[in-house]
Amino acid sequence: MLADLAMAVTLVGVTAYVVLGGADFGAGFWDLTAGGAERGAPVRAMIKRAMAPVWEANHVWLIFVLVMLWTAFPEAFGALTSTLAIPLFLAALGIVLRGGAFALKGEAGTIAEARALGATFALSSVLVPFFLGTSAGAIAAGEVPLGNAAGDEWGSWTGTLPIFVGLLAVVTGAHLAAVFLGADSQRAGQPELVHAFRRRALGSGVVAGALAIAGLVVVNSEAPDLYDGLTSGAGLACVIGSAAAGLATLALEWRERFEVARYSAAAAVAAIVAGWAFAQEPYLLPPDVTVQEAAASDAVLTALLIAAGLGMALLVPALVWLFRLALSGRLAYEEEPRP
Amino acid sequence: MQAMSFAVHIPLVCFGIAFPAMVVFLEGLWLRTGDPLYKALAKRWSKAMLILFAIGVVTGTILSFEMGLLWPEFMATFGDVFGLAFGIEGFSFFMEAIFIAIYVYGWDRLPPRVHIAVGFPVILAGFAGSFNVIAVNGWMNQPTGFSIRNGEVVDVEPITALFNSNLWHELTHMYLAGFMVAGFMVASVYGYAWLRGRRDRRHLTGLVVALSFAALVAPVQLLVGDWSARTVAERQPIKLAALEGLKETEKGAPFEVGGGIEIPKALSLLAFHDPDATVRGLDTVPEEDQPPTGIVKLSFRAMVAIGTGLAALGVWFVWMWWRRGRLPRTLWFHRALVAAGPLSVVALIAGWVTTEVGRQPWVVYEVMRTEDAVTGASGIPVGFAALGLVYVALAAIAYVMLRRLARKPFEVEA
Repeated sequence: MLADLAMAVTLVGVTAYVVLGGADFGAGFWDLTAGGAERGAPVRAMIKRAMAPVWEANHVWLIFVLVMLWTAFPEAFGALTSTLAIPLFLAALGIVLRGGAFALKGEAGTIAEARALGATFALSSVLVPFFLGTSAGAIAAGEVPLGNAAGDEWGSWTGTLPIFVGLLAVVTGAHLAAVFLGADSQRAGQPELVHAFRRRALGSGVVAGALAIAGLVVVNSEAPDLYDGLTSGAGLACVIGSAAAGLATLALEWRERFEVARYSAAAAVAAIVAGWAFAQEPYLLPPDVTVQEAAASDAVLTALLIAAGLGMALLVPALVWLFRLALSGRLAYEEEPRP
Repeated sequence: MQAMSFAVHIPLVCFGIAFPAMVVFLEGLWLRTGDPLYKALAKRWSKAMLILFAIGVVTGTILSFEMGLLWPEFMATFGDVFGLAFGIEGFSFFMEAIFIAIYVYGWDRLPPRVHIAVGFPVILAGFAGSFNVIAVNGWMNQPTGFSIRNGEVVDVEPITALFNSNLWHELTHMYLAGFMVAGFMVASVYGYAWLRGRRDRRHLTGLVVALSFAALVAPVQLLVGDWSARTVAERQPIKLAALEGLKETEKGAPFEVGGGIEIPKALSLLAFHDPDATVRGLDTVPEEDQPPTGIVKLSFRAMVAIGTGLAALGVWFVWMWWRRGRLPRTLWFHRALVAAGPLSVVALIAGWVTTEVGRQPWVVYEVMRTEDAVTGASGIPVGFAALGLVYVALAAIAYVMLRRLARKPFEVEA
């Protein structure tokens, strides 16, 4: 019971990171594909403006997830980080490069400098979700056994399913970002950008949907147990919910209801995470380790959950305030014109 | 590798701990006096604070990854014992990230009172964060809150582990160190500006505020250091022996000043406040349980020497300010200031080396050896090299950004 609760809290963190952090990474994807220096400039400026006040807070969700995992499920955490050392290390490296490059971007002195920084930022924005996705895929594929580096260091995360999840992570991030940025552009009163992002949101949404359907086929052949979980009970409900929310997002984007689309897009992605969790239940590291077995003692879980509860009580209002200020355009460097 | 990451992260932590307090203090001065210079300076500092915080977030993320990537066995065995501390630390970090963003991006957009109020959660979160990380370190030095049966960790009491008895002196020591490093680093920058001839009111104000924080804290730190050393003497006698390079157990042990000169009985006096106290030597434990003495002794000396020097510098400043109401005007004072910033970082890292290497070969004191905690995954040297390059790049980025910030025109509102 306590273990399940701790898992649920961890999954809330995972979901928040996949949605908020994923959108941050996705913004980097659009930065990468925005085109030449001249043509891409307005898109890049919008991305910077929307991301600057919130990216640090979005990022801390990852730290939250890591801390929850190692406290509540220490042995599983040890197994994950040793077997999946390579993709996790690459992701960590990407996070550093990305943070550094983003902070410096726009301050560049020369065009060559700006290009190099922009490329670093954009490229690592694509690589980080990819590697984190493959790590999650390796868990789902049942490639991570308990023990210090007991799994295959390369083979565990380079199978079809992990690679697939990596791609899905990149595409859903891009879709979320396009939807969010479209709404941000509308608030900022920049109709041309609104349309640029609407096109991107629709395109990436179709690709993400196609990938998700293809994904079910992959899961069916690679991880039959997971497939069963996804096609029955709560898992199935989540899959249907995700599909419905995804379609709703496309419809809302089509009809230019950008603010509402934010929430449906987030719900579609969140439902994927929830569906995965339900499908894998009761296992944390399939095929052998259950959530219950991997959990720390009740005393630890109780203390952690109380701490997390109190923490959330402080955190959520603060976070809501931050997003409200950011969305209403009241947070910006004074160099920029006031809205 | 983790050592390298920590060495990069710790100085940034100091700014996370102390810089918000300095910025909020300046903003408070502005609200009290209405002098726009204070506001302009606070604004400028808050941007530097954001840059350093951003780099801190990134290095902090790397650290939490590395906990698992490098020490899976340590985490798998003890993750639950001290995890609570990191859980709270995670939240503190979160709160700091949120409020720092609101603070820095909210200048002139929030009512002044609301704005300054936003600064306080940042200070508080910085304190809470260091509290919890230090709690883990204190615990590693004196593991409590669990027992081991048949090689399994059982009966975990996370609260006992959190409030281990090493917490208080280590926390005080680190928190004050944060103010010293941040204060002296900032003062060092303004000291350099003074030497280059920029001696207007803006630069002097910056110098005085930053230096005041550091100077008031530095002498207190000497007392706290004594407290820490006595605690170590009592609880980790072998670490003390390594600090002093004491090979054999002695009663009324002498203190070696350096170069073979010894003060009789001084070590016993310092460590136990009793000239005839017995100090245990390294030979009381088998060789494989002894820490590497040379580096521990050297870094401990470096920390104490620099700390004393910084305290003296602080006292000099406070005395002049109090008696004459101005800064010392000599070149040497400002040259010393320029040196004080980097030196304070050296002392910080030396102090950290002292406590960490002094604990070797244990990762959890007298419970788990470092070699048993490390990962079985291959390719660590490759990762080490890659990460080293990334840190060099990060340092360059931070430097370039701070330079750019410093060169921007300084605008004081009319």
